Amino acid sequence: MSITIFVPRDAAALALGADDVAAAIALEAAQRQLDVTIVRNGTRGMLWLEPLVEVATPEGRIGFGQVDAPDVASLFDAGFQRHHALALGLVEEIPYLARQDRLTFARAGVTDPLSLADYEAHDGYRGLRRALAMTPADIVATVTASGLRGRGGAAFPTGIKWNTVLRAPGVQKYIVCNADEGDSGTFADRIVMEADPYMLIEGMTIAGLAVNATRGYIYVRSEYPHAIAMLNAAIAQAELNGYLGANVLGSGRTFYLEVRKGAGAYICGEETALLESLEGKRGIVRAKPPLPALAGLFGQPTVINNVLSLAAVPLILDKGAQFYQDFGMGRSRGTLAVQLAGNIKQGGLIELAFGVTLREILYDFGGGSASGRPIKAVQVGGPLGAYLPASEWDTPLDYEAFAALWAVLGHGGIVVHDDTADMAKLARYAMEFCAIESCGKCTPCRIGSTRGVEVIDKIRNGGGVQQVILLRDLCDTMLLGSLCAMGGMTPYPVLSALNHFPQDFGDVPQSVNTQRAA
Amino acid sequence: MTPSISAVQVGAILANRIDGPDQLLPTLHAIQDAVGFIPPDTVPAIAQAFNLSRAEVHGVLTFYHHFRSTPPARHMVQLCRAEACQSMGADALLGHAERALGCSLHGHSADGSFGLEPVYCLGLCASAPAMMVGDAVHARVSPARFDRIIAHLGELA
Repeated sequence: MSITIFVPRDAAALALGADDVAAAIALEAAQRQLDVTIVRNGTRGMLWLEPLVEVATPEGRIGFGQVDAPDVASLFDAGFQRHHALALGLVEEIPYLARQDRLTFARAGVTDPLSLADYEAHDGYRGLRRALAMTPADIVATVTASGLRGRGGAAFPTGIKWNTVLRAPGVQKYIVCNADEGDSGTFADRIVMEADPYMLIEGMTIAGLAVNATRGYIYVRSEYPHAIAMLNAAIAQAELNGYLGANVLGSGRTFYLEVRKGAGAYICGEETALLESLEGKRGIVRAKPPLPALAGLFGQPTVINNVLSLAAVPLILDKGAQFYQDFGMGRSRGTLAVQLAGNIKQGGLIELAFGVTLREILYDFGGGSASGRPIKAVQVGGPLGAYLPASEWDTPLDYEAFAALWAVLGHGGIVVHDDTADMAKLARYAMEFCAIESCGKCTPCRIGSTRGVEVIDKIRNGGGVQQVILLRDLCDTMLLGSLCAMGGMTPYPVLSALNHFPQDFGDVPQSVNTQRAA
Repeated sequence: MTPSISAVQVGAILANRIDGPDQLLPTLHAIQDAVGFIPPDTVPAIAQAFNLSRAEVHGVLTFYHHFRSTPPARHMVQLCRAEACQSMGADALLGHAERALGCSLHGHSADGSFGLEPVYCLGLCASAPAMMVGDAVHARVSPARFDRIIAHLGELA
């Protein structure tokens, strides 16, 4: 009897020894003369359980968590049954996974990422087939009606962006995927690329049909070598099998796709800096207008979207705008890929309809801090996002609710800090990071970040009220005077830390603390 | 003067490149992948191939943290310094790494076998702290685990 065993090839699983586990399984199977097929799937997103080994049974897939190579022999001894100490039961019944709304990540960890047959068997390429029978305007209208907003952080309505590109005159239009996922605490783009690359390819192909663009680029950061390798392999497969290229699925429509590797510059996650980088230049932010939709890559009309925005498109085309629209709250429609990270017991990917509270994420899913100490602050939305204290954790995850708190959802990353965190040190780090990664084009960001580090150092050394006033003043200048979000949002973590945790900044009088910059 | 091996490699990469200004970054990646760094004495040839000034190529090279202008150590250890890893002890891990390798950030160990660099996020934030050595990623890196990984690499060298 043949046994099928799944061992993830996601970078987070590899980083915890998944390759050794797969090799040990192959060796053990050979020694025991068992017919074992090993599938290298993507991750399910339950990252604290990695390497999560699964075995197929008639009832479903049974999981074994945190498997180390030396555990493999005992797994065989137990016949991969539920009585093994590492057994988790049926993977799909694990509450962490069962309680999610898996739309974009429905296939993650389920399928073999490079198998086109597997992809098609799990609803893949249904969206593209529908799109091929539609006019560009109808595709754009469907995406607009779904309520999908850009998942990179800015939350701009995707359909409206596409419509601008569709109507713009241009010889050669482009689809650019921003896969420069540089925010600490985020890994959803990486999981899409490593677990379900055809979904991104399909979404970009549909975008191409929608705006009459025949070329696409995926700009992936150099820190993601596994994602780059996976995408290149998937694109080659898709081309070979007629899903990409001169004649997409025999339709006569053309779409070529290429992966471009970044080079370690956080600022290239800013869309105009990314376009500069794609053109072979330094990643310097462009002034807007003109919008990339009108004059983007090589001056041509360009759709530039985050991985998750493009990855949501195949499902929207397949199941219809209303299906997607039915998830979420207020003006935040569909699902948010929450990425729970840092000092948390059960970190991972949690895809849910907008509206869940931070507290539910931290405790019901996350199970509290990894250290067992009380959670002090959570930073939502990456290095440019605000730190939220416990009093704000009942806020629903919704773009507008967060904006009302002077915070951002961003790309959905949540980094948890326990009570040992020094918020003044983290505020200093925010300025330091901005100084390291600033593109240098605008003065508030280039100079302000360095001055910010110095002022926070003075405050930490007992500089008193004068320095706090100076820091707030500086943050005002950066907020209002920077060209892009790098300088413009660095004040979010800095001021939120100062406002909510003044005790970490030394003896700062209350009257100064209650002032808000925004 | 006979051209160095690296100059010959760079010449071959430049000769085989796809045309177009947007190919500068892919070409620089190809050079660094082959040679290990971008030799400064090859910048004029790169500039000429792309019809750019040396200053423009220099500008691109120095803008991106990924590109080096000096040879790397045999094993480049990149420790994540970003917030999620900080929340799980990245600062302490850095201190340990500096003592273990006998060098500070951006430095090389005395025998040149290890280099230590910061990296800002490897996307392994739910299993922090994380590091990358070459293209190999490691998560939940405790000081003890760091020592085992380094000892293993040291044996390979």
